[in-house]
Amino acid sequence: MTIAGILTYLIDLIAVLLLALGIKGLSKVRSAREANRLAAIAMGLAVVGVLLGFLFDSGVSIKSWVWIILGTLLGGSLGAITAKKVPMTAMPETVALFNGCGGMSSLLVALGVAFFPISQGAGQLSNGNELIEKLSIVVSIFVGAITFTGSIVAMAKLQGWLSTPSWMESKSRHFVNIAFVVISLIAVIEVLQGNPNGIWLLVVGSSFLGVGVTLPIGGADMPVVISLLNSYSGVAAASAGFVVGSQLLIVAGAMVGAAGLILTQVMCKGMNRSLVSVLFGGALASGESSSSSSSGEYMNITSCSAEECALTLEAAERVVIVPGYGLAVAQAQHTLREVTRVLEASGISVSYGIHPVAGRMPGHMNVLLAEADVPYEQLKEMDVINPEFAATDVVLVLGANDVVNPQAKNDTTSPLYGMPVLDVQDARTVFVIKRGMNAGYSGIKNDLFELNNTSMVFGDAKKVLGDLLVELKELGVGSNK
Amino acid sequence: MSFFTEALWVLLLGSLLGLELIGKVPPTLHTPLMSGANAISGITMLAALTLIIKAGNNDTLLIIGSIALGFALFNVIGGFLVTDRMLAMFSRKPSKKNNNR
Repeated sequence: MTIAGILTYLIDLIAVLLLALGIKGLSKVRSAREANRLAAIAMGLAVVGVLLGFLFDSGVSIKSWVWIILGTLLGGSLGAITAKKVPMTAMPETVALFNGCGGMSSLLVALGVAFFPISQGAGQLSNGNELIEKLSIVVSIFVGAITFTGSIVAMAKLQGWLSTPSWMESKSRHFVNIAFVVISLIAVIEVLQGNPNGIWLLVVGSSFLGVGVTLPIGGADMPVVISLLNSYSGVAAASAGFVVGSQLLIVAGAMVGAAGLILTQVMCKGMNRSLVSVLFGGALASGESSSSSSSGEYMNITSCSAEECALTLEAAERVVIVPGYGLAVAQAQHTLREVTRVLEASGISVSYGIHPVAGRMPGHMNVLLAEADVPYEQLKEMDVINPEFAATDVVLVLGANDVVNPQAKNDTTSPLYGMPVLDVQDARTVFVIKRGMNAGYSGIKNDLFELNNTSMVFGDAKKVLGDLLVELKELGVGSNK
Repeated sequence: MSFFTEALWVLLLGSLLGLELIGKVPPTLHTPLMSGANAISGITMLAALTLIIKAGNNDTLLIIGSIALGFALFNVIGGFLVTDRMLAMFSRKPSKKNNNR
């Protein structure tokens, strides 16, 4: 091994080490930001390693540099602009978009190598084993295409650009998807036997499979799917590593793939769902379709105006806010912060009960509230806040539904049974701010709404909070106490 | 040992490492962690880079490689920046309100 070879090898090793430390650091609050930078540095280092390796070896042609710089500038600047501009509420779809592009990249590399075998063989597949080379190309295309189309569909659904077509909710979708799997398998066999047209068939088959699998999945389960697709893009990167013969790629891809799986598992647990039921439609009906039909079943609903809500709040000593998806959709986090500022100014203690899967993604609520300047200490996790509800005067439930459904504790026949929930019903008064009587993600009726200590305040979260703010100020709360 | 057998070991050990790296994650960090890991999966940019450099004078391959590199970098740069934006909100001190970035 030459000195240059050793140097690039060392750079690769350091990059892997930093990447591993980065992923580990990202799972702790205190080190997360540094860890993210560390991972970014590691990626930069890996690029330097690859470039140096080629510079020492055979050199890099001017033409190659031009295309490298072109791709870098375009992709990099678009990425930077997207990252700066996108609102915090749109974080899940942004992650899905980025993820899809990663998958696309692996797909393109595999396509390139498939049609134009690189001189001296693909990378260092030194034993010249054609079967292995083809196999890695096939895996890369398959996983890359599923990641790409799946992520784009996930993004479109979260943005509301796409909704599930009705036939997709029936059982027949399984047959369609199985057909796509069969097509992909036939294509794989064709490719392995040396028929280059099989590759196109594989691209088509796996692309449609990505769409077919993601499209029927309801909004509630989307975060789990994005996390799973994130894991796939790691697998796609690892298989691209096999295609071009880069061990660094294989390690990094494998790490992300495995870590993504763990994260997916953690999310499933928080929602009391199994991965199988998320992917193949288990006990729960899709939220969007059944929400309207279940609205008629409610009885004994008390609704009230923002004014009454303000009066109760004025008299309270301890208030707990339970934010959810509706708050994120209405982008009401800043208005909420103003309301709580007024409450705090008049000596009312305010804290926030955060369910692990509140919002559109685990941890999403924390990000949104942090954006609105809510002090970190006021955000309380479920286990901490649950015993405190009994001593709470008023709970404001803002666009959360399933995560405050007492059925999960009381009703063994409920599909929600067993899911950890916030015990808001233990508080003296509960206000549920909601746009209408529609069911939550799960499509299941919420018993909380019928309880005597619960009042519904109908309206968009942002508007209701705005009204509440006006009412509170008229009452003189927080002004001169 | 051939590249392939070596690579399989690398794959295995890398996967095991990934399984071990994140055992307990506070729910607060799920979204940033997902976004950060997502940025790392853009490491496939190395494959695109290799493709471009090895393409020689094959223009089609150069263009494919360049597009692949663009997609990957979109993922990497965007992913890291957006993760940093999220994490910056956590680290901000509640007393410092002028630091609004």
